[in-house]
Order: sequence, then C-alpha cells, then structure tokens
Amino acid sequence: MAGEPNNGKLKLGLYWAASCGGCEIAIVELREKILDLDAAADILFWPVALDVKYKDVEAMPDRHIDVCLFNGAIRTSENEHMAHLLRQKSKVLVAFGSCAHEGCIPGLANLFDRQSIFERVYLEVPSVDNPQGILPQPSYRVPEGEVEIPHFYNTVKTLGQVEDVDYYVPGCPPQPPQIWAVVEAILSGNLPPKGSVVGANEKTVCDECKHVREERRIKKFYRPHEIIPDSTKCLFDQGLICAGPATRGGCGALCTKVDMPCRGCYGPPPGVIDQGAALLSAVASVVDADTEEEAARIVGEIVDPVGTFYRFGLPASLLHRAKLRE
Amino acid sequence: MSDNGFEPRIVGFLCNWCTYTAADTAGVSRMEQPPNVDIIRVMCSGRIDPEFILKAFAEGADGVIVSGCHPPGDCHYFNGNFKTFRRMPLVEALLAQYGIEPGRFHWGWISGAEAIKWAQLVREFTDQVRNLGPLNWKRQLASKED
Repeated sequence: MAGEPNNGKLKLGLYWAASCGGCEIAIVELREKILDLDAAADILFWPVALDVKYKDVEAMPDRHIDVCLFNGAIRTSENEHMAHLLRQKSKVLVAFGSCAHEGCIPGLANLFDRQSIFERVYLEVPSVDNPQGILPQPSYRVPEGEVEIPHFYNTVKTLGQVEDVDYYVPGCPPQPPQIWAVVEAILSGNLPPKGSVVGANEKTVCDECKHVREERRIKKFYRPHEIIPDSTKCLFDQGLICAGPATRGGCGALCTKVDMPCRGCYGPPPGVIDQGAALLSAVASVVDADTEEEAARIVGEIVDPVGTFYRFGLPASLLHRAKLRE
Repeated sequence: MSDNGFEPRIVGFLCNWCTYTAADTAGVSRMEQPPNVDIIRVMCSGRIDPEFILKAFAEGADGVIVSGCHPPGDCHYFNGNFKTFRRMPLVEALLAQYGIEPGRFHWGWISGAEAIKWAQLVREFTDQVRNLGPLNWKRQLASKED
C-alpha cells in the first residue's frame, strides 16, 4: 500500500478510465510472470485490485510514481481529472491499450453526442424503465446537501489529447508478451525516445499473418458471419474487410490465425496518420470494377464505413468525431 | 461576396495532366471565376489519398474538389482514374457519416480541353459551399466541454 518503503523497487501505478477492464485482464494474463513483476515493482495504485483511494494519490509527492500505465479513454471529467493527477504524480505516463492510445470502441460514440447518447441509453432502449424521463445530472440537491457526479463529455478523447504522454502501448488489449517486453525495457532503463509506440512492431499485421496473398480483385465484400473463409488464403482476397494492411503489427496476427479478419486494434502503422483513410484505400484498391457505376455499387454495400475503418481509432483520427449539432 | 460576408475556403486536388491544365487554361484565358479555390496539383487523381481530403477538412477547408482525367481512356497513366472512382464513393460515404454535407465535396472529371467546364464548376461549387456556410472543423474540436 501507498508504497512508502524505499526498497529500490520500481513504483508502479495502474489506472482505468473509460475502458472495459480488458487491459487489467491482460496484465493478469502475464500469469506466473506477475510474480516477477511483484518482485521488481511495488504497485502503489491499481483500483481494480487494490483499495487505494484518490485522496491517497493526491497525498503523494509529485513524480512519486515511477511508471503509470493508464488505460481507458477520456469520456468524463473524472477521467480527465485522473489523467492530470496521474501525470503530476508520475515520472513516466504510459497510454496503455487502445482506448488510451487512440480511443478504441468507446470512441465510436464520437459519431453521436452527449444528448443523443443519453436519450438512447436512458429513454429509448427497450429494456429501460424510466417513465419520468430522468437523465443524469452533474449535480443534484438532496436534503443532506449537493451530490455531484462527473460530467459526461460530448467527445471521447485519447489520453494524449488531454495530457502529455511519454509512451504508447497499443492493442485491445495489449498482448501479454508485449507487456512484459515493455516492463523489461522500463526495468532496464532501455527506453526509446519520448512519444514512441512501444510493445509493437514497425510493420503491418500482414507481415505476421500466415495467410497467402494472391492479390485477387473483389466483386463483393462479405461480413465475417456471411462466409466461412479458406484458412490458407488471404482474407482480403476472399472479400472480407481485413484491417491488416492498415494496422501496426505486434499482436502476432492473433485474429487472422483463427480466420477472423484483423479489426485494427494496434492502430496505424508508422507513417500513417489516419488509419481509416489507409484502410479505405486498401479496400478500394481491390475492387474489381471497370465502370464508375459498378465501383459505386460494390463499395456501396459496405455497411458502416466509419465503424469498419475506424473501429479502434476514431478519436485519434484526423476528424476526431462526427459534426456536432449547432 | 455573400450577404454575411462569408467567403468559403476550398481546396482543389487536381491531376497534372487534365484538370490542372484546364484550370491553367481557364486562368490564362481570363475566364471569370471566384478566387476561393486553392489548387493543389498532384500527378494523378489516383495519387489522392483519402487522408488528403480528411486533412483538408480537419484543417479548415469548407469544401474540397477532386478532379482528374475522364475514364476510361484519358488517364496519362492508363488507369489512375480507375483508382479514383473506386475510392471516392467510399470517401463520400465516410463524409456522410461524419455529418459533412454532401455539397462540400465534389469529385469528377475535367479534361485539359474543358477550361469552360472548370470555370463553371468553380463558380457553382463556390456558390454552393458559400450557401452551406462555414464548416469550421477546428472550432468544433476546440470547443470547451461544459
């Protein structure tokens, strides 16, 4: 707890903001290596596993935590407050996992805004029973005083959009061997320049994928549930939209190994700013159409282009979100 | 000049061999056209990465034009414009989901001999975007959360 003994061990903090908890599971997935982690580091703050309060973190001296692995996107004012607090208390702040790195699945809510999300979740969903139409209020008066809850933002942001981040570890979630490689790099002090993506490769997922590419042209795109693909051939060649060509490698092509097209969770490869634009180009390049009408028909069948091309990176993309209502 | 004084900023990505030549001809022939289009010359419309278009909007463009050589046969590189017409319908679909009005994005073909068509496109598209008003994507991102 609040690791005061100065035993020379690495002081580690872990936090989750707007996330699903999968990144925490990924750390537990270190399995027996978690004992090595415990031997090398004192965990000062980890809400999912330790009973440490925010006030304990506030009481720490600045830069007290050596490394903070921060997972989750910035969805609420609480998330942002913790991002600022943990930046202040940590020497090294790591955006850990796809949400902190580029917004991930919670970031798809950037196609909507606070009001439409509230209306959907608290009023329209068939399983909701809310006859009075009550929506969350940031503050509410009760006899005992004023109750406050965090503000829900219109826009999901990445950690890097609200705070200064030292390193990015991609993945939904980051793969345990990659996490361990990052921990080892931290322990050895052998760290790359600030702002680097660590725990991943410099090439695309295609580079790690075993399926054979024949560069076929496509007359019709399929969604994963519509066909059973040949497990030896490139999934793209078979008409599945696979994010492999537009995604940084490092996961070991886990999804394509089981014939699921890559969904893009490791983010854009080096040199690409907008992952969705890169994937869009890759998709368009395989379309087998010699007339404008045919091309428009084939690509017109793709359901939800933003959700497909930006599944993990909408907040980090060039446009960040859909247009807000005036 | 419109009533409210708004003048749109439009980015035009034009292929070197056809539409740029048309724009050049329109200019030297002194055809009347508003000065709102900032032209970026690329070697081929097939070179236009969707990232260019998104970046133009993200950095403040109110409208974007993509124009190259007529398919099938006009392309200087045989099939660069095929890449364009396979890509642009997806860009349109993307922009629609982002809530960017269809009237802010135009893609098509203008040959080197069609300077009149270019000048007309510039006049009509500028009017259209002016009527839609400013897009101002940067301001939207900078807006403070309450």
